[in-house]
Formats: sequence, C-alpha cells, structure tokens
Amino acid sequence: MVTVLEALEGARLSEITATETSLRRFLHGLPGVDQVGAEARAAGLATRSIKTTAKQTAIDLAISMIDLTTLEGQDTPGKVRALCAKAQRPDPSDQSVPHVAAVCIYPDLVATAKNALGNSEIKVASVATAFPSGRSSLAIKQQDTRDAVAAGADEVDMVIDRGAFLAGRYGQVFDEIVAVKEAASDAHLKVILETGELATYDNVRRASWLAMLAGGDSIKTSTGKITPAATLPVTLIMLEAVRDFRDATGRQVGVKAAGGIRTTKDAIRYLVLVNETVGDDWLDPDWFRLGASSLLNDLLMQRQKTATGRYSGPDYFTLD
Amino acid sequence: MSERLAVKKTYKLYIGGAFPRSESGRSYEVTDARGRFLANAALASRKDARDAVVAARKAVAGWSGATAYNRGQVLYRVAEVMEGRHSQFVDEVAASEGVNRPRAEKLVDEAIDRWVWYAGWSDKIAQVTGSSNPVAGPYFDFSVPEPTGVVAIVAPQESSLLGLVSVLAPAVVGGNTTVVLASEARPLPAITLAEALTTSDVPGGVVNLLTGRTAEVAPWLASHMDVNAIDLTGVAGDDELARSLEIDAAENLKRVVRPPAAEPDWATEPSLNRLTAYLETKTVWHPVGI
Amino acid sequence: MAKLEYAPAPESRAIVDIASSYGLFIGGEFVDPDDGTPFKTVNPATEEVLADVSAAGPQDVDKAVQAARRAYNRVWSKLSGRDRGKYLFRIARIIQERSRELAVLESIDNGKPIRESRDVDVPLVAAHFFYYAGWADKLSYAGFGPDPKPHGVAGQVIPWNFPLLMLAWKIAPALAAGNTVVLKPAETTPLTALLFAEICQQADLPAGVVNIVTGAGETGRALVEHPDVDKVAFTGSTEVGRQIARSIAGTPKKVTLELGGKAANIVLDDAPIDQAVEGIVNGIFFNQGHVCCAGSRLLVQESVADELMTRLKRRLKTLRVGDPLDKNTDIGAINSAEQLARIRELSEVGEAEGAERWSPPCELPDRGFWFPPTVFTGVSQAHRIAREEIFGPVLSVLTFRTPAEAVEKANNTPYGLSAGVWTDKGSRILWMAQQLRAGVVWANTFNRFDPTSPFGGYKESGYGREGGRHGLGAYLKGAA
Repeated sequence: MVTVLEALEGARLSEITATETSLRRFLHGLPGVDQVGAEARAAGLATRSIKTTAKQTAIDLAISMIDLTTLEGQDTPGKVRALCAKAQRPDPSDQSVPHVAAVCIYPDLVATAKNALGNSEIKVASVATAFPSGRSSLAIKQQDTRDAVAAGADEVDMVIDRGAFLAGRYGQVFDEIVAVKEAASDAHLKVILETGELATYDNVRRASWLAMLAGGDSIKTSTGKITPAATLPVTLIMLEAVRDFRDATGRQVGVKAAGGIRTTKDAIRYLVLVNETVGDDWLDPDWFRLGASSLLNDLLMQRQKTATGRYSGPDYFTLD
Repeated sequence: MSERLAVKKTYKLYIGGAFPRSESGRSYEVTDARGRFLANAALASRKDARDAVVAARKAVAGWSGATAYNRGQVLYRVAEVMEGRHSQFVDEVAASEGVNRPRAEKLVDEAIDRWVWYAGWSDKIAQVTGSSNPVAGPYFDFSVPEPTGVVAIVAPQESSLLGLVSVLAPAVVGGNTTVVLASEARPLPAITLAEALTTSDVPGGVVNLLTGRTAEVAPWLASHMDVNAIDLTGVAGDDELARSLEIDAAENLKRVVRPPAAEPDWATEPSLNRLTAYLETKTVWHPVGI
Repeated sequence: MAKLEYAPAPESRAIVDIASSYGLFIGGEFVDPDDGTPFKTVNPATEEVLADVSAAGPQDVDKAVQAARRAYNRVWSKLSGRDRGKYLFRIARIIQERSRELAVLESIDNGKPIRESRDVDVPLVAAHFFYYAGWADKLSYAGFGPDPKPHGVAGQVIPWNFPLLMLAWKIAPALAAGNTVVLKPAETTPLTALLFAEICQQADLPAGVVNIVTGAGETGRALVEHPDVDKVAFTGSTEVGRQIARSIAGTPKKVTLELGGKAANIVLDDAPIDQAVEGIVNGIFFNQGHVCCAGSRLLVQESVADELMTRLKRRLKTLRVGDPLDKNTDIGAINSAEQLARIRELSEVGEAEGAERWSPPCELPDRGFWFPPTVFTGVSQAHRIAREEIFGPVLSVLTFRTPAEAVEKANNTPYGLSAGVWTDKGSRILWMAQQLRAGVVWANTFNRFDPTSPFGGYKESGYGREGGRHGLGAYLKGAA
C-alpha cells in the first residue's frame, strides 16, 4: 500500500496513475475520513467570532473571491452584460468596494462577457464538458471546452463523470480530466467534483486527489444545480487534500466552494476554514473562490453596516 | 467383627489447581463443634497467600476471556460433582457445624442449588446490568460489565459450605479469579469443595483456597497491591479487624465488600449485589456515520 | 501579520453580578460562618480578586449536615418521586434560562474559555438535571429491587476543573434518588456553586435539601468524616481518594470515588488521521488538560509516528491561548498558581529525563496563570511524565509496534479511567475496546460526555460510576 504521506517523486507519481489498478490502490489507500469527527471540526471552526476589523477584512476578502455566477437556461446577452457590470462595480455608491474575482457563465455567452468586461482584471470562467450532468462523449466535452477557450474564457469549470467514478472507473475519470486540460490549453482548469453526488467524505478525498493527479488547477465542490452543494465539512476535506497534495508534490492547487453560500456569515465561515486549515497561502482570490450570486448583495449590506453602524435594506443594492 | 480402619484424609491448601502443603510446614488442629479432633489442616502463611495471588492473577486472562457460556458450563459441572459427593459434604458439614444429619443435608442441598443459581447468571448478568445508552449525539454508546480481576474473599466463619458457596460463586461466575480464606474453625468443607472444583474443569488458579488464621492471613490479602477487590464477610463481628483491613485495602483502592454486623441467614435468595460488586462497568463510545 | 487576524471578541461580563462576599448556603439561606476564616477567590486569567468566600469550619459543617438531615427526615423522604422530579425539572429549566450568566461566571472563576463553558459545560449541566429528574419517580424500574431507598444524607466534595458540571453530576442523582446533600465546591472555584444555591431558592427547593459549604481541604475532611453523613462522593486526586477510603473504613458510610487518570490515546496506522489529530488535540488540550480522563499519553503506531507528529504540530499552531472571555480562545488559564507550579515542575522533569519538548509559538499574557500547549516526544513508559498525572496541557508521546503492544502499554498503569482508540477497522475497534482496562473507551472520538452514559474508573482511578442507571444506583441503599 502506498501511503499518501510519503513525498511523491515524479517517477512514483506516474507509477500511481499508470494503470486503473494502481490508481485504485492509491486512492483507496488514502486515510479514511470519520464523518462525525470531520463535521464536528467544521462545526467547531464555525463558532469563531469574527468581529469589527476582522469582519471588515473578511468581507472585502470574500467579495474579491467571488465568482459571480449565472448558469440558467434563460440567460441572455442582456443578463450577462448586467452581471458583468455588477461584477466590476458591486456597489455604484461606493468605489472602495473591491471587484469580484470572476464571472461564471455558459460557454456560448463567453464572448458577450469578454466584451462587457473590456480590459477589467475580472476573469471569465466558463463551465464546460456537458455541464452540469457531464453525461456526454469525451469528444463533445473537449469541443465544448475548446469553444469556451476560443471565445476568450480565462478559466474552465469542468465536471467529472460521477457515474464513472461511482462505478469505480477511476482511470476513465482521470483520462477525461487530462484530455479536457489539454483542450483547455492555457486556461485555468477547475474540476467540479459534485460532492453532493459523491455522498461520502472518503469519496470526496479520493476524487480530490484524482483531480489533482490529473492536472487540475483548482478543485470545486459543486455545480450548484443539486443539493447539497458546498458545505463546510466537504470544503474542509478538500482543503486538507490540497494541503496534503502540496506537501507531497510541491504543487499548489486551488479550491472553489460553490452553491448554497448565501450569507456573509456563511462566507466568513469558509474563510475561517481556509485560514485555519491551509493558511495565508490560500487566502487569495487566485487560490480560493466562492461560487455565488445572491451572496454579493449580502456582503455589501454587511459591509455598509460595519461602516455606518446601521442595518441596511435591499433597496440600496442593485439587482441584476 | 472388627471395624475397618479408615484411611484418613489429609487437608491441604489449594493453589493453582494443585494441593500443596503450606510452605511454612505448619498445620493446626481442626475440631468438631464439640471440640473433638477432626483433622489437621494446613496453616497458611503470608507466602502461601502471596503464591495464591500469583496463581489467581495468572488465571485471570483465561477465565475472564472465556465465553460466558463456557464459564456457565464449567460452573454447572461443579454442581454436578458436588452432588456426587453429597454424602461426603453432609458428613463434613454435620461434624464442622455440629448440626444433625437432616439439617446438614438441607444445607448441602441449598449449597448445591445456590451454586446452580449462580452458574446460570454467567451469560445473563451482562443483559441485566449492561445497557445501550441513548446519548445526545451520533454515537453508539454502550456499557458492559467486566470482571474486576483478582478477588480476595474472607469466607464466613460459621456457614462452612452454604455461606462459602454464597460468597465464592458470585465472584467466579462474573469472570474473576479468587483467593479464598476459609472459615478458621470450619475449613474442611472448603477443601472438599476445592476437590470438587478441580475435578470439574475449573482451570487452575481460578479458585485458590487457604486455610489458617483469619487475623494472620487476611491483612496480607487486604494490603496486596495486585488484588482488585476484597470481601470481608468472614470478619463479621470483629469491627476492629474489619476496619484495619478496609484501611489496608484503601492503598490501591480495592473494591471492598464490608462485613455484615453478624453472619446472615444464608438461606434467603441473594440479591445481585455480590455479583455486581466485582464487576466493573466499561462504557464505549463510537461515532455513527458513513 | 496574517491576512485574517481575528479581532478581540469578548463576551460581556455585565451579565454576572459577583458579590463582594459570600456566606454559606445552609438550610435554604446564606448564613455567616460560625468558625471558619474567609478566603479569596481569584480570576486565574488576571489574578484579580473576585470575592471573599466563607470557609466552613467543623461547626458549620455540622450545621449543614444537621440541616440536610432535618430536611431529609421531615420533607424530602416524605415527598413522592414525582414531586422530587418536578423540583429537579425546575432547576434544569432555570439553569437553561440563566445559562449565559452561569457560563460567564464559570469562565471568570475557573479560567476555561467561554466557548467551552457556553457550549459544553453548561448545556451538560442542564442535561444532567433533566435526565435525573426523570428517574425520580421510576426507581422501582431501575434494577435495584422493587422499592430501593436512598442513603439519607450525602456529603459531596468536588474538584475545580468542571465546577458546575461536577456539581450536577453529584447533586442531580442524589436528589433524584431521595437523598439530601451537603456539597463542598473546590477552594478555587466556589462561585457557580453559590449561584446554583440561588437557583435552588428560585426553584423553591425545600430548605436544607441542598447545602453548599465552601472551604478548602479541612472543610472537605470535616464533611467526609462527619458521623451523620451516610454517603460520601468524591471527585479529585487519587491521593485524597485513598485518604477518604481509609477514613471511612469501619464505618457504615458508602463511598464512590472518581479519581485521577493517565489515559492512553492510541492511534493505529489506519486511523482516519485528520480526525485522530482533532481527537488528540481535544483529548489533552481541551480544558487546558485539567481533565481526569485526558488523553495525556499519545500512543502512536511507529509506522505513522512521524507523519502524525507533523500534522499534530501543524494543528497546534492554530490553537489560540488567551483571555477566557474571548469567544475565539481555545485554551484558557491554568486554574491556580499551585497547579501551574506542578505543571512546570513535571515539564522540567520531562526534559531532565531526556524527552524532547516542543510548544507552538504563543504569546502569553503578563498577568494570570498560563502554560502553552506542550508536547514531549521520545517518551517511554519509564519516564515520570508517562506515569504521573500532570493535569495540564502537556502531551507525552510514545510509540508501539502492534495492537497487542499498544494495549499492554496502555494498561500498564495503576490508573484506569479512560482510553482512546483510532482505527478504521471495525473488529479491531471492538477488540481494543475489550482489552483496554479503562472505565470509558472512546473509539474514533474523545472526551464525549452524556448524562445517560456511565463514567468512572478501574483500579486506582476510583470506583463507582456517574451517569446513567449505574450513577443512580450509587445513591440507593442496597445497590452494590
């Protein structure tokens, strides 16, 4: 049995991923996760009390980590343009608010977003690979990816084939990620695990390692299209995985928590999780993202409250 | 017609499944209730007590590790063998306690029945004293009884068989091993009981029997750091000795069964207290999750 | 400076009203002592004097026992179980209503973090009263005979590490079973017991059913040795437990003792390693290590020892030591100067014996009693720090090769209170639980408590159990 916790030299790495069998042996040899213990740790961290100056810092950090998202069948160019405007200027009445990290949209609207954002620093992240189900041929998934990148996407959020994963075809899942990474060329690849369908924390840990071994640049919890989406314990497991992966290989991989994060309180809890599990190196929009839509306005409301001392209301924040 | 010359029995100690004499070489006279000589019994020394504790400790793993079913079977067999020796016990009880034959028979009958009663508890006591505890969280939480280990027993002074069985059986049925200090004046039925034990598959060391002076030997057992519990029943009526033994026992926090004010009526059906006195409660927690 | 510094998040002290001095609670009222000299109780985080507290002398103890006896004879023994239960339910409710106040007061007097007293101690206190309230009218179903009787008057002496919780563990079952009590809280932590006395008044508990006599060792001794006390319950050090067992020898007094420990927390090579790290941290650093069942010996399988230590040390760097009233504090103050001296002394012994000492960097406040979380590696059974209870945030790390060896080392101690096991294999979990000579075995978890779950030790960790049906039996006559 290979223990993950020995440093993995290059040769070792390719041995592990060389065959289905060796990959399975490695993934199943990772330490197990006790559900009750993991959830208790996450709940314990959620009791951290982030007040005053810490809260202000956390709110701004959270805003800067948002992938502002619209992934609806009814999305139109108009909707996407409004989203991009919000992304650049979350609060028209307050210039000091940081801009978000990225917008996250479907591939056929990438060109519109790119246009709307001009030369802003905000990235365009596109979902791809038959998002959200992932049920399509590899060829189509690769084409989906290429189209997004050709249209100007800086980042690609792919989904793994959960069916293949649950059926134990780890090699197939691995190969697909490698193939999509190639199709994504220079774009940053986020690999969506869809943790709600993986069901166990053991699976989340295995899928995280699988995605990283295959070359993913970030691992992402969810599509946001099913519940449960992101949760604190699941994100904890993924943060532990990226930490262990860096210790073992030297390569840093990012984490994105997406779906179900609606309030400032939630967002700050995620930041605390990052802070106390992996520390400063990941407390940066380059390495940690929050995939959300309505969260932004709640952050803005809380930001105003900490600045003015008054509770605010929805009328003061823009809806797009 | 001349009466046949009897082959008189030698009464020795019972340690580790064997019958050695006292290492001190001493013995003392055992008389019947009217003062007539019955036999010489071994006069146990502190070294005999020490050896007995060693033998008892050695036997703990095997006896406490046996299944409850197995222990119950072994102990039931003891009752069978006792039944086979019925008349021998009756003779010794009648002579030791100075009771008439019908009374002695009744006492022996009850002793055997008491032994059977205790044997049947072996695989049930855990169900009566154990529990699954409904803790307020996702944990499976259960409590089980476990034998405490080596139990020293100062047997009742007057009831030489029924009383002895009543203090010994509850200790062993729970998985403990024992060092028994028999009644000082009435030790003979105890040694015959030891013979019954050894012929009924009771592993050596599970019961060890010492005969001798209570006041001389008991303190060595009470102060022994490798004895887990002590039953002071046989010290009933001697408050000062009982107190000093309890103080000795405190050194390693032995579980102590105090003597009653006076020897009780052993005929009444016992409570479970003598069983549970030598059972520790172990509580185990484990998360319930996927 | 870290990117996300936590600002101070102090819990307000305003909710507590600490008097400048306190009397003894005897016969339902606060009274001045007859023959004891007052002492001060101090906030261990700041060394600030909180209040003057009466010390009960022998006459005061006698008055308290008499009050308990009168209450027993005239009132409490005549009440139905149902009514006793109702009083206990009232007390449980009031505890919940005043829970924030109790938690803040506990942290101020004891030094433990407010997060612990708020989230662990006080909720468990209420739960214990709730649980035993429900037993009061069901004694005949408890397995101790058809009509079990209480002992009468119970004398109870509790320690300073979980002041209010230890009070609940003692008083709730005693009252449910029909006894009346005289309780002596620890010398350094009297305040929540005195607030509890107020709660008894608010619940209209009949006078004398609960009496609180504050004081130090002498008061405790007077209580334990009082001839009219029927039942003694003590939680504290093994040494004092021994003395108590001696002092009641030859008397009819029943006693239960919950004493010290040196628990082994055993991590096997297939443990869920991140949760095991949490379990280790919780096991020895929760409550500053002032826990009788603390996992103070880490027994780690040699094949994963290095890796576990790397993860453990990394985790310890995120522990926050500081103001107990700050909601983000993980580790509070050491309870007293004496205890701090003992921890320091034994830590020096550890170094002298050749073990390697490590602590994460942490800033300790100037005033108050503080000790950083400390880990000793390279420890073996022959070291004093592997045998003696330190009762502080100090972990001794030993290794083993096989499960059998782990069990052998774990059991190789006169103590036997608790143990921890971390492994993913079901049969091994149960095998180790079976083999470990400890009253509480935590498998893939640690430091879990519940009023339904019996707690207590093997060997020199004491005898008797608290919690559950077994805990009820301790307060009934005729239960072994």
